[in-house]
Amino acid sequence: MAKRIDVSGLSAYYGGHKAIDDISMTVEPRSVTAFIGPSGCGKSTFLRTLNRMHEVTPGGRVEGKVLLDDENLYGSGVDPVAVRRTVGMVFQRPNPFPTMSIFDNVAAGLRLNGTHKKNELKDIVEKSLRGANLWNEVKDRLGKPGSGLSGGQQQRLCIARAIAVEPQVLLMDEPCSALDPISTLAIEDLIGELKERFTIVIVTHNMQQAARVSDRTAFFNLAAVGQPGKLVEIDETERIFSNPSVQATEDYISGRFG
Amino acid sequence: MTSATPTADVPPPPPRTDAPSAISGRAIRPGDRIFLGLSRGSGIALLVIMGAITAFLTYRSVIAISGDHANFFTTFDWNATGTEPKFGIAVLAFGTVVSSLIAMVIAVPVAVGIALFISHYAPRKLASPLGYVIDLLAAVPSIIYGLWGALFLVPHLTGLYSWLDDYLGWTGIFRYGDGAARSLFTVGILLAIMILPIVTSVSREVFLQVPRMHEEAALALGATRWEVIRMSVLPFGRSGIISASMLGLGRALGETMAVATVLSPSFLIGASLLDPGGGTFAQNIASKFNEADEFGRDALIASGLVLFVITLLVNGAARLIIARRKEYSGAAS
Repeated sequence: MAKRIDVSGLSAYYGGHKAIDDISMTVEPRSVTAFIGPSGCGKSTFLRTLNRMHEVTPGGRVEGKVLLDDENLYGSGVDPVAVRRTVGMVFQRPNPFPTMSIFDNVAAGLRLNGTHKKNELKDIVEKSLRGANLWNEVKDRLGKPGSGLSGGQQQRLCIARAIAVEPQVLLMDEPCSALDPISTLAIEDLIGELKERFTIVIVTHNMQQAARVSDRTAFFNLAAVGQPGKLVEIDETERIFSNPSVQATEDYISGRFG
Repeated sequence: MTSATPTADVPPPPPRTDAPSAISGRAIRPGDRIFLGLSRGSGIALLVIMGAITAFLTYRSVIAISGDHANFFTTFDWNATGTEPKFGIAVLAFGTVVSSLIAMVIAVPVAVGIALFISHYAPRKLASPLGYVIDLLAAVPSIIYGLWGALFLVPHLTGLYSWLDDYLGWTGIFRYGDGAARSLFTVGILLAIMILPIVTSVSREVFLQVPRMHEEAALALGATRWEVIRMSVLPFGRSGIISASMLGLGRALGETMAVATVLSPSFLIGASLLDPGGGTFAQNIASKFNEADEFGRDALIASGLVLFVITLLVNGAARLIIARRKEYSGAAS
């Protein structure tokens, strides 16, 4: 259920503006890889190229290759819709479907995939909500709208929705930045459990969080505002935070800039 | 604003003598007070005007209905002159409601389709000119629609109506003789075209306001464009579509000139919607008002009151529908 990601020579554009330049990296299966770096360095953009969400932005365009095991996501004849069913995503702000109940939110992706049998849906919804550590809090109100939950619960609902379709990879774009510390802790614990089953990539501004949850960390930077973002280095998290091989990484992590 | 007019109504500077410190004292400043007065005054004026209209309509209606020698609600006739006036709104209520319903059934799906095309399918270069054209249609005066309906639509619909008669004539509703197509159904089609722009442009505005994150939620699950629309856009836009439809329905119910130009009125309710005949409140008022005497006008005003009540009921029903969906509305999150 988890696949390796191999990125080579990937650049992404917004119209004429190049947002990220020539990125190559490997993401190991069943591990957590964190992306850190200053705002505007393109880490979110890069994340969105991994499930072909970048191109839904008007003017969004990608060059290069992303291999999921051996299949190029940007190969000709690859359906972006099918890619997004394989590579799930959790966003910065919790975005449950406001008009759907908790149950229907989790079942939404399954229904898109053609699962309509009631019993089957019920089982998977329960399993996914348990997987997202949310089952005990919502099991008595599955028919209520998801927008009635707290922010942290909504974000776990979104995680349940994403894992319900059993993706190969789970992308998380600053999933805790809108949450309080306790909800953040709940999500971080959850990430630790989910990596047993999924390949996880997480963008975060919180370096303690990267240090806590990730196995490997990639540091992105940009030469100047308006310049495309670049991958500076990717390594074992422990090494990045103790003894990185590039000076810029050391400066960023220890809070010295420029 | 100079000192040349010493008697000008400039408010005197606020007294400061009893202000013990810089932050105490009256919290309302002159600007706030003026604005408060203006906005409160406007609100009260609105209520007074509404009340006056209602009182006027009711007063004249009571005169008319008490002088009616037939049942005002069930009579199929309009004869508001002479010593024994007999008139009723049955035909008008039927014609108004039926023609507006036909208009809604045709216009709302088409309008939602156009709005979705403009907001989610059309390339951006095509979308904005298309939006302008739609808005332009709303600016065409209704008499122009009426003339177009009478001179173009009516002669060109006879073929369609004969065809409907051949295949669906057995239902009774679609039976068609060989008169001119100056029928309630033609009025419905014309009204549909007239309300299309307003329903389209309000729906389009709502669809464009769907938060990006709701659409991305669906996209990230592997939804196709149609599935994104079904999962995110339509649920978010539901109350907007209802409001848009109500605006359109309001226009259809009250439309006067276009209906009066196209319809060949009669005080009969036939089973067929395609045969000429029937009438609507607004059309009946417009065509009879000039020749009516004092009492005849009261009678017409009474029919206007009924239209007013129908419009109120429709709006109330729409609000109920919207309120019931509030718990699930996108605004909550």
